[in-house]
Amino acid sequence: MPKIIIDRDKCKGCLLCVSFCPKKLISKDRGLNKKGLNPVKFSDKSGCLGCALCAIICPDCCIEVYK
Amino acid sequence: MEKIYSHPKSLRNLSTHYCPGCGHGIAHRLIAEVVDELGIREKVIAIAPVGCAVIAYDYWDFDCSEAAHGRALAVATAIKRVRQDNIVFTYQGDGDLAAIGTNETIHAANRGENVCVFFINNAVYGMTGGQMAPTTLLNQKTSTTIKGRDAGLHGYPLKISEMLALLPGVKYIERTSLHSPPEIIKTKKAINKAFLNQIEGVGFSLVEILSPCPTYWGMAPKASLDWIRDTMSKEFPLGRIK
Ligand SMILES: Cc1ncc(C[n+]2csc(CCOP(=O)(O)OP(=O)(O)O)c2C)c(N)n1
Ligand code: SF4
Ligand code: SF4
Ligand code: SF4
Ligand SMILES: [Mg+2]
Repeated sequence: MPKIIIDRDKCKGCLLCVSFCPKKLISKDRGLNKKGLNPVKFSDKSGCLGCALCAIICPDCCIEVYK
Repeated sequence: MEKIYSHPKSLRNLSTHYCPGCGHGIAHRLIAEVVDELGIREKVIAIAPVGCAVIAYDYWDFDCSEAAHGRALAVATAIKRVRQDNIVFTYQGDGDLAAIGTNETIHAANRGENVCVFFINNAVYGMTGGQMAPTTLLNQKTSTTIKGRDAGLHGYPLKISEMLALLPGVKYIERTSLHSPPEIIKTKKAINKAFLNQIEGVGFSLVEILSPCPTYWGMAPKASLDWIRDTMSKEFPLGRIK
């Protein structure tokens, strides 16, 4: 099953990955990261396509994709 | 399981100073990916601009120089002429390339210097507080056009890429955008073509990249991308210009 790993402390919470994931697997994390921002989390680990659209749109290079 | 997407080697694994959703981060990454894929990391020399990307040299993990505001193409000319085996590119904002640096830009292009230019058009001066840039759209509100850009008072958005395309020294110009994953992939292809042109000795190549500045557009990151798709790319049409 493909998966992603998000660098929680690098994430700036811009939510672009949330908008572009075709399967809606990424969501806002209500906790704060080291920056004091709400990062995102890979909330639903089933059904990831490994399409990397989340990683391509991420302005901060926070997402690794495994397939 | 195989890692199919991660950090390019040519981009340091640092947290940048850019605002959330800023296009500079995407553009830096695409350049780093192409440098890695072409295997030119030991040969490349970047010229960083003055603007929000002023410390790009802290983010790219290859040789970089800095230039005074607008003078990146003068510095690039000098470096490329004395070090012809290096691959030299400038990375410049719209204020840098099309306002204070217009002179250096036009003359480097007219001389047909064999360098690459990555021109980040975000329609404002980001670094200094969101003032009007030459590329600001008509009716666009900025900190110096609070009622919107008015052609009678401020002139029209400057299409510098189309102007440069008239010069015989210019070999390749394409306008791309960062507003969606397919457009980001097209941008990467254009960056790749510009580098290949330099390697093959073709000559002056410029990629204009429409890039979001959520902070000074007063929009959320996704709304900024939609504004490029629906509004900015109508004024600055995407595609090959030369
Ligand atoms: C000689 C000089 N004049 C003016 C400035 C102030 N200044 C710094 S960045 C900038 C404009 C930046 O806009 P742009 O090139 O579009 O880059 P962005 O921040 O939008 O990426 C200006 C006017 C300066 N640093 N040096
Ligand atoms: S790889 Fe594709 S499906 Fe998986 S989280 Fe990223 S965007 Fe969603
Ligand atoms: S696109 Fe990147 S920085 Fe933005 S929320 Fe997603 S992981 Fe965080
Ligand atoms: S001010 Fe605009 S261009 Fe500068 S870092 Fe912030 S979003 Fe990016
Ligand atoms: Mg700008």
